[in-house]
Amino acid sequence: MSSRTAMATAAPLIGARGDGGAIPGADALRVGVVQFPGSLDERDAQRAVTLSGAQAVPLWHGDDSLSDVDAVILPGGFSYGDYLRCGAIARFAPLMTAVVDAAKGGMPVLGICNGFQVLCESHLLPGALIRNDHQHFICRDQDLAMENVDTVWTRDYTAGETITIPLKNGEGGFVADPATLDELEGEGRVVARYSGFNPNGSQRDIAGITNAAGNVVGLMPHPEHAVEAGFGTDSADGMRAGVDGQGFFTSVLRSLLA
Amino acid sequence: MGRIVVEVMPKPEILDPQGKAIGTGLERLGLSGFTGVRQGKLFHLTVEGEVTADALAQAREAAASLLSNPVIEDVVSVREADDAEASR
Repeated sequence: MSSRTAMATAAPLIGARGDGGAIPGADALRVGVVQFPGSLDERDAQRAVTLSGAQAVPLWHGDDSLSDVDAVILPGGFSYGDYLRCGAIARFAPLMTAVVDAAKGGMPVLGICNGFQVLCESHLLPGALIRNDHQHFICRDQDLAMENVDTVWTRDYTAGETITIPLKNGEGGFVADPATLDELEGEGRVVARYSGFNPNGSQRDIAGITNAAGNVVGLMPHPEHAVEAGFGTDSADGMRAGVDGQGFFTSVLRSLLA
Repeated sequence: MGRIVVEVMPKPEILDPQGKAIGTGLERLGLSGFTGVRQGKLFHLTVEGEVTADALAQAREAAASLLSNPVIEDVVSVREADDAEASR
C-alpha cells in the first residue's frame, strides 16, 4: 500500500486510496456497499468509499449479516431488472431486513438512484419514484442546490451551495402526496433540489431527502461518479475534473468519527 | 386449480407517463377516439384446489404489500377469476 500511496502523489491510480490522512481515523471505518442482482454502480460506490479513506466492504443481497460495517450504501442500477416496480423486489432481499433494522437503529444509510427507490419501497423514506415525466431516460451533469447539510451524509457541504454531479435515470420523478411534501419541506428534510433544470418531473424539484433522524438519505443523482479528477463532471477546472460528489462520502466518515 | 385476479392502477392524481406514451402511439395509429390512457397491472395468482377465503385474504395481503405501492397505486380489485380468465 505504501508504494501505491507514493505513486498516487504523482498520478493517482484508478481506485487507489486517496490521501486517507485527510480524515484521521477514517481507515478504521467500514462502509458496506450492497450488491443486488442488477446493481450497476457498486464498484463506483466502493471506489468512492476507498478514495475518501475508509474501507469499502462489498455486501451481498442474499446474506443476512451486515458484516460489522459502520454505514451502508445502496448503489444505483436496476435491481431485479426493475421488475414490478423499481426497488420493489430488492426491498425483500434477505440483507434488507438487516439494513432496515440498522437504519432504524441510527446507522448511516445512503441510497443512490435505484438505492433511493429501494429506500422508498422499504418505507425508510416517504414518497416514491416514478417514470420521468418526459418519458425518456436522461443522462447529464446536473446542478443541485444543497439544502439540508445537517445529515450524516451532507455535513461537508454548505447550505445553499450548488454542486454538479452526474444524473442518469429513467424513473427519477419524486412524488408524494401534498401533505408529505409539506412535511418534508417544513421539517427541512429536503437534502438537495434540482437547480436550473428539473430533469425528471420531480415534485418541488426534489433530488434527495432524508428521514427525520438524518441518518438515512436518498438521492437520485450519482455523487459516486464525481469523486476523482479525470473521471468526474466537466467543470471550470477542466474536462471531467469535477469532484463535487466527494462530500457525501467524507461527510459520513466525519459523522462516524465525531 | 383456482385463480385469483389482482388489479392495480396508478392513483388518479399520479402522472402516468407510460399511459401518456401509449396515448401518443394510439394517435399516431390514427386511433384518435380516446381522451386518455392509463396503464395498470394485472396479476393472476394460482392456488391448489378451490379459491378459499384464506387464499383471498393472503392475496389481499400480497396486493397491499408487494404487488402495489400505496404511495402511487391503488389495488382496484382482488377477486376469484371467472371461468374464462381461469383458463388463460
